[in-house]
Amino acid sequence: MKDTHLIRVRVNGREHELAVESRRTLADMLRHDLGYTGTHLGCEHGICGACTVLVDGAPARACLMFGVQADGQDVATVEGLADGEDLSDLQQAFSDRHGLQCGFCTPGFLMLAEGYLAELQAGRGDGGEPSEQQIREVVAANLCRCTGYQGIVEAVLETARRRQAMEMP
Amino acid sequence: MKPAPFSYYRTRSVPETVARLAELGDGAKILAGGQSLVPMMNFRLARPDALVDVTRIPGLEYLRAGPDGLRIGALTRHRTVELCRDPVVLDGFGLLPRAARWIGHYPIRARGTFGGSIAHADPAAEWCLLAVLLEANVVLAGPAGARTVPVSDFFEGFYTTTAEPDEMITELHFPRAARHAALTEFAQRQGDFAVVAAAVSVDLGVAGPPRPGAACRSVRVVLGGVGPLPFVVDTGALGGQPAAAATWRAAGELAAAQIDPPADGHGGPAYRRRLAATLVERALTEAAAAP
Repeated sequence: MKDTHLIRVRVNGREHELAVESRRTLADMLRHDLGYTGTHLGCEHGICGACTVLVDGAPARACLMFGVQADGQDVATVEGLADGEDLSDLQQAFSDRHGLQCGFCTPGFLMLAEGYLAELQAGRGDGGEPSEQQIREVVAANLCRCTGYQGIVEAVLETARRRQAMEMP
Repeated sequence: MKPAPFSYYRTRSVPETVARLAELGDGAKILAGGQSLVPMMNFRLARPDALVDVTRIPGLEYLRAGPDGLRIGALTRHRTVELCRDPVVLDGFGLLPRAARWIGHYPIRARGTFGGSIAHADPAAEWCLLAVLLEANVVLAGPAGARTVPVSDFFEGFYTTTAEPDEMITELHFPRAARHAALTEFAQRQGDFAVVAAAVSVDLGVAGPPRPGAACRSVRVVLGGVGPLPFVVDTGALGGQPAAAATWRAAGELAAAQIDPPADGHGGPAYRRRLAATLVERALTEAAAAP
């Protein structure tokens, strides 16, 4: 018999109530049950980072979490970044800096970077503008087989600087 | 790449968890950060009948430094330790935040937990090495109440501990500060499991970098990636030696001579011995320079 649980989860601010089998990963639940197919699955064992989403604001590999664990939590996926046709600042920076080619890994990189940028904004850690080395260590979490990372590093660094400048009084 | 079916339970307190584990028997596993357990389930290397999700238990996420050392709640995320800037913690236990950056990658550190890493007992895991280096105690809750076990009696071998199936780790207790301590490791790519890792501490008797002519009271060296358990190097010969580069190099050679590391795709025994010598020397150099 299937072990199924009724859960409530917010995805990009929208409430969902659904029955989910316990063995269903968060990634599969987002894609197959809720239709958020922007979350991509690469390796399905926590190595490639393609399925990275934010859970209660912190980055998580959605293949290493079960959907049932997200009960009562806030999930943010790539679908929540753009406002209609208008790309977010981070997405625009990825485009401007050629931080993607085939785009398969891009949703994971965007959510990874959003998690890190939110942490910076919250003033956790040592604060200040992140160094290129720090950004490189963050994006090393995810695999990209096309761009060679240079454009991704530039896009994240540029967005970090812009957001910090906007916060200045 | 999909896990086998299992029953899922979510508990809200430690006693409820222990009762649930006792009821479910040894086919059940505790689910905390899931960063090691879930990949093993996706590969079906692990097929637990039931998971008990403890991540919603309140009050188990903390770092508390006091006169009796440092206490870390089992559900404290690696990232929380890494970003800790509490001066009381940093004074004496700054090694832990510095070492945390070696654990996996940022999203793994944002979810993985301290207690989970100790329970998983990977002999190359950073927290396991530091627990052995600093002679930490594991606090466990079980049906008969709480018990405290020194890590030397806790780790048994690869992924094996003396915790009972109905026990849960609630806290790690580090009784003694170590100002001059460091962890360093080598992996072919950043974030991979360490091929060899070295955790060291040196007792110089005083804070600050060693003064010219200063001697080491004692040196501790623990290695990961060289066997089924964190390996404690016999460093008796280093007591009283000068706190200087020649001693750090000698410590590396001493470590290399004592280990019998395994061969795998990352390298053979001879390669791991050279890595151990180099990493011990580097770690001691860093440890002696710590504030």
